[in-house]
Amino acid sequence: MASTESHNASKPQGGLNGWINARFPLDKMLREHITEYYAPKNFNFWYYFGSLALFVLILQLVTGIFLTMNYKPSATEAFGAVEYIMRDVEWGWLIRYLHSTGASAFFIVIYLHMFRALLYGSYKAPRELLWLLGMAIYLALMAEAFMGYLLPWGNMSFWGAQVIVSLFGTIPVIGDGLVEWIRGDYYISDITLNRFFALHVVALPLVLVFLVAAHVLALHEVGSNNPDGVEIKKTKGADGKPLDGIPFHPYYTVKDLFGLGVFLTIFCGIVFFKPDGWGMFLEAPNFEPANPMQTPPHIAPVWYFTPFYAILRAVPSFLGTQIWGVIAMFGAIVLLALLPWLDRSPVKSMRYRGWVPKLALAVFAVTFVMLGYLGLKPATGIFPLLARVFTVLYFAYFLLMPWWSRMGATKPVPERVTYDAH
Amino acid sequence: MSEQVDLGRRKLLTAATAATGAIGAGLAVSPFLASWKPSARAKALGAPVEIDISKLEAGAMIKVEWRGKPVWVVRRTPEMLGGLSQHDALLLDPGSDGSKQPAFAKNAARAVKPEYFVVLGVCTHLGCSPMSKFTVGEVEAGWPGGFYCPCHGSKFDLAGRVFKGVPAPSNLEVPPYAFVGEGKIIVGTEGAQAA
Repeated sequence: MASTESHNASKPQGGLNGWINARFPLDKMLREHITEYYAPKNFNFWYYFGSLALFVLILQLVTGIFLTMNYKPSATEAFGAVEYIMRDVEWGWLIRYLHSTGASAFFIVIYLHMFRALLYGSYKAPRELLWLLGMAIYLALMAEAFMGYLLPWGNMSFWGAQVIVSLFGTIPVIGDGLVEWIRGDYYISDITLNRFFALHVVALPLVLVFLVAAHVLALHEVGSNNPDGVEIKKTKGADGKPLDGIPFHPYYTVKDLFGLGVFLTIFCGIVFFKPDGWGMFLEAPNFEPANPMQTPPHIAPVWYFTPFYAILRAVPSFLGTQIWGVIAMFGAIVLLALLPWLDRSPVKSMRYRGWVPKLALAVFAVTFVMLGYLGLKPATGIFPLLARVFTVLYFAYFLLMPWWSRMGATKPVPERVTYDAH
Repeated sequence: MSEQVDLGRRKLLTAATAATGAIGAGLAVSPFLASWKPSARAKALGAPVEIDISKLEAGAMIKVEWRGKPVWVVRRTPEMLGGLSQHDALLLDPGSDGSKQPAFAKNAARAVKPEYFVVLGVCTHLGCSPMSKFTVGEVEAGWPGGFYCPCHGSKFDLAGRVFKGVPAPSNLEVPPYAFVGEGKIIVGTEGAQAA
């Protein structure tokens, strides 16, 4: 029989590999995405966080699957099931602490990954869709984390969910019905817990995995940005490969493995010695079961939501509705997604921008951290005023970006990436 | 018979088929969306509850659960009731015009019988449960006694009316309720009011 596969394959392969490749593009995929994916050779510290995020995603999937084996999504049993996992299941405590610490680690890594994009203009053309897919991942991750936080059915789980679900109740006309629909009951109940469980362990992980795959495919289509913001595809050698590119494997697999080692050292330190993250990863009121009759004296969401929570609280209610704070909170995330169109600077990287954009980014970084801090604090004394000041700064950064991003002289961007052999 | 393809006809048929399919897909989604509504069991569990107030002392409060929410019944003393008219200027909605309550409770004491104040213990801001702070001056200087929400600092007086300058946009909600028989209140319905 004449083989038809030899038409497309440059050199026919034998053995198992050849058999597979005649039926599935295994080698082709490995080449396109790993051994012959050319990434700029000048990646620095900030480029660790993409691969780390992928690692944490897998960690969360694996630990999550094992937690599911002993968890019970019912209002009468959930709190006890978590205690059972912590005390009676062999190594259950480790699996749960890896999962709970992993949630916070996920956001730390993602925030640093996003800051890298702000620093080097990674969202600018042709990477707008890559950025939007990243924002979709961020949103799905927030939903995933929020629903996961209800599952231990502690008192902070309950009241945190109560506050966040109530946000939808501020929408005029349909608000009350919408909230009832989300909860499936007249309050956060067993029914709500059960559906959040389904979303947390089945629906949203599927969405996340799909979006991450799309994010990586989009990245490999346009190619990675770099600290100089130079498009390496513009300068290719005789073989058609970018002169400033190096194959992802082995160069960046090795670099990322080193980064993973450093990350795991810190991560395991927290898992083993401070799994509650000083009350930030696991909050004290959550060590008692959910009690619909008793709000904890101070409600603060987990740290990764607090910048947006601070914005929510900073906006006062007027015209008899609280919806303005909710609009501001969601608007804060929408503005982030619009970055590629708000930034009018001719250059990508901060290295070649003027002092105004540099200062603006520094102010924004401080603003974000301060909002996060203020979101953890009670709304008393000086804190509400500070939250309002920083909320204004947050919005000013984005809304004024079309103007300030063009201010000041830019430095000439080199043709090739800056790189010292070492 | 013509060999030529009638492109206009093909386009129309494709559009009609796609539209029919889209409507079908949309309708197929509705059972899944509807499955999220409160189930028959959840509705049954949300039925009215009866509260025994015969042993409630003056100045005291009891908490009862109705639809997973705390319902408070406060037996107000004459001093508490007298204080209600003293701070109208500090209130956001002293007449309860923009607040939720049954028609019978839209009055100064926000109750059928001023002595018994029945209210949902759910902050109108984001649903936390405020704490009872009945003692004058307990929360701050000049505090007339009322409820304080620990989540975001909203303040309410002893008729659940919200003070100005706090995040809560309206007064605490008064649920539908009725007095039934001797020393009993039923929460969740206004039906038995005449009885």
